[in-house]
Amino acid sequence: MLDIRPILSTLHRHKVTAVLLVLEIALTCAIVCNAVFLVRQRLDWMHISSGVDEANVVDVRPVNIGDTPDMHGRINGTLAALRTIPGVDQVTLANQIPLGKESWNSGIKLDPNVVAPVMNVTNYYGENLLPTLGAEMLEGRNFRSDEYAWLDDITGGSKDVIIPHVAIVTKFVADRLFEGHALGKTIYYDDIPLQIIGVTQDIARPNVNDRATTYGSIFLPVRMTEGLGATYVFHTKPGQADSVIKAAVAKLREMDPNRVILSKRHYSDVRDTFFASDRAMTRLLVGVCIALLIVTALGIVGLASFWVSQRRRQIGVRRALGATRGDVLRYFQTENFLLATMGIVLGMLLAYGINIVLMVRYELPRLPVTYLPLGAVVLWLLGQAAVYAPAQRASRVPPVEATRGN
Amino acid sequence: MFGYYLELALRSLKRSKALTALMVLAVAMGIGACMTTLTVLHVVSGDPIPEKSHALFTPQLEPRDKDNGFYSRGEPPEQVSWQDGMALLKAHRADRQVLMTGGMAPVQPANPSQDPFFVHARYTTAEFFAMFDVPLKYGHTWSATEDERRERIAVISSDLNEKLFHGEDSTGRTVRFNGADLRVIGVIEPWRPHPHFYDLNAGNYAESEDVYMPLGTARDIRGPRAGSRDCWGVGANVEETTLETSNCTWLQLWVEIDDPAHVAAYKAFLVHYSEDQRAAGRFLMPVNVRLRNVVEWLDFQKVVPSDVHLQVWLALGFFVVCLVNTVGLMLAKFMRRSAEVGVRRALGASRGAVFAQLVTEAGIVGVAGGVGGLLLALCGLWMVRQQPDQYASLAHLDMDMLVATFAVAIGATVVAGLLPAWRACQITPALQLKSQ
Repeated sequence: MLDIRPILSTLHRHKVTAVLLVLEIALTCAIVCNAVFLVRQRLDWMHISSGVDEANVVDVRPVNIGDTPDMHGRINGTLAALRTIPGVDQVTLANQIPLGKESWNSGIKLDPNVVAPVMNVTNYYGENLLPTLGAEMLEGRNFRSDEYAWLDDITGGSKDVIIPHVAIVTKFVADRLFEGHALGKTIYYDDIPLQIIGVTQDIARPNVNDRATTYGSIFLPVRMTEGLGATYVFHTKPGQADSVIKAAVAKLREMDPNRVILSKRHYSDVRDTFFASDRAMTRLLVGVCIALLIVTALGIVGLASFWVSQRRRQIGVRRALGATRGDVLRYFQTENFLLATMGIVLGMLLAYGINIVLMVRYELPRLPVTYLPLGAVVLWLLGQAAVYAPAQRASRVPPVEATRGN
Repeated sequence: MFGYYLELALRSLKRSKALTALMVLAVAMGIGACMTTLTVLHVVSGDPIPEKSHALFTPQLEPRDKDNGFYSRGEPPEQVSWQDGMALLKAHRADRQVLMTGGMAPVQPANPSQDPFFVHARYTTAEFFAMFDVPLKYGHTWSATEDERRERIAVISSDLNEKLFHGEDSTGRTVRFNGADLRVIGVIEPWRPHPHFYDLNAGNYAESEDVYMPLGTARDIRGPRAGSRDCWGVGANVEETTLETSNCTWLQLWVEIDDPAHVAAYKAFLVHYSEDQRAAGRFLMPVNVRLRNVVEWLDFQKVVPSDVHLQVWLALGFFVVCLVNTVGLMLAKFMRRSAEVGVRRALGASRGAVFAQLVTEAGIVGVAGGVGGLLLALCGLWMVRQQPDQYASLAHLDMDMLVATFAVAIGATVVAGLLPAWRACQITPALQLKSQ
């Protein structure tokens, strides 16, 4: 502690270099704090739950060439055949899957007379889709088989088709629209009233473009037809995912050679694809942080070495006057500690400045205060580690150096 | 004189290898990071059709019967309906106009042992090729007459031509697309505007399509659509086959207006059309038209991913740290040579001469850093190309960026060297000589 005054007066004579070092530490501190914060944000996002029993869900998406007659019978037949595959728990034809690429969306209303929808949701179709995804019902019941209607019958406007008037919503929708008491309430979808008969755990929507409504999903008792992105979704027995995929592809091809398999994948692949660019960005941010810390450390080593070589005579004098090697070592370490502290203080201010810009431009939350002490510790340690070798060299300067000319 | 400075500089750099290596490394890392991200930015924010971007416009109308401000926020839809698209197409009020949509379907090779595969298609009216300057390799494209007759014809990409016909002139041969036979009338040269501005539904940086056919033909053969459709009223009850008569927007309309003086007239025409439709009771909302050119359109659609901007800022920050680091190290290095500078000054070298020599030294560090940075940037771009994003495959260093890399590396290092060099030439010769 006694060294602080002489250190400060020495630094005063090397103002420019000292200022540069402080600046470098400050910039590094500011960038690293924000980058780590961004990484944290991405990691949180990448770990959100899809609501799917991820280990045991697979999907195979076929596409037909040309028109297919008797669509309903054909799909029922296909589903029956797929159900016989060993390892298959449940199978259905769905219009989309959570965190997938294509999505079916619509606006729902609470009052048919109000023009603007109250929420934009995604619509899941597919008989028995909820148990197939492995989703849990929190309240109410699943659809009865007599409540289902075929999608093409509904859009085709057949007169003898009863258009469904029931829906299941996620907990997120129930909480947002009905403060948790959604059962029995009515929502309007394209002016069609739908009574909520069940509330399921949160299930993510595909193609999320507004993270605030990630779980804005509703399920309708609609049997999906092939085409338009429809995909066969399977819930498999544990560990049988691979064999189910293989058998399902073979079965689909065998039933109709005109079917082209567009994709076949584990649910984990869907998830990986969905977060792929976030993962890449995370890696990049981590890479930049490491590179920054290395560059800063090398800068400290370089400047400290320069100072040591410049002050050999001064060190020699101190040694001759009775300073121990430890005293000299401590001198340089304290000096670095002081510079790092100045850098850290400046860096924290800068970090908040950058964070404010990010908040405005990228709608990021505020940098948590806990990042500051962590950043400080990291930079202090980095500085101490970087200065150690030059300081060691300084401490080995013999007292006799005092008598040399330079 | 410069030759002499160069020699002195090289000698001095050799003398303190570690310090020099540190400086070069710092500059190289900073440059590498900056150039990687700037190249990506350069690629993704480029003008897809520079000769014509100012003359190509996408008209937007407000055809909806009620304002569900939820989606639109005061903006008309991004696509047009069949009725409006056809009406505007047939009005011929611009120099060229094209109405189209994207599609995706399997192509079955003639050889039955080859599996069917999926291709992206464009269902478009005739002027597409002329409007977007699509280069033709074999054959010809079609005209409005063939559009009218809904002929079973197609223009294919050279990629598909390679795959199906081994790159031969395939005009007159047949492509089996979604179960329908189409006669090939032309093959285009490789063509990939990026961003994929004419239909962003396909993905901002999607590759161009492999099969092009008349819009009417595509509707006849029930070519599967790929893109978005927005319907209003009783929107869910719309079948793909009845899109022509339903209240849905699902087509892209582009017009070419070569004379800037005619743009206002075309916009007035759109307003006039909307008013007519309101009078006829088809449009119920207030008249709301937009006529954006390519650049305005890409801007409006926020095509450049925000991550790319973030990466550029990050890299610039990193570069600044590297430069500050270099300034510090250079200062250390130059000050260490106070004695040498003193001697030279005492022997008659002017301050300017010393300054020039030290800046030359900084420049050499810059050149070395530039070479290192270039290697790192190539490495970085290779890593970018491994990324999953659609734009990633486009990330290549072009000549402009190559020149920019060196200019920035040398420029920045020289600037970084100015302060240290200036400080070093402030040294009083006498003082230094005395201490010797």
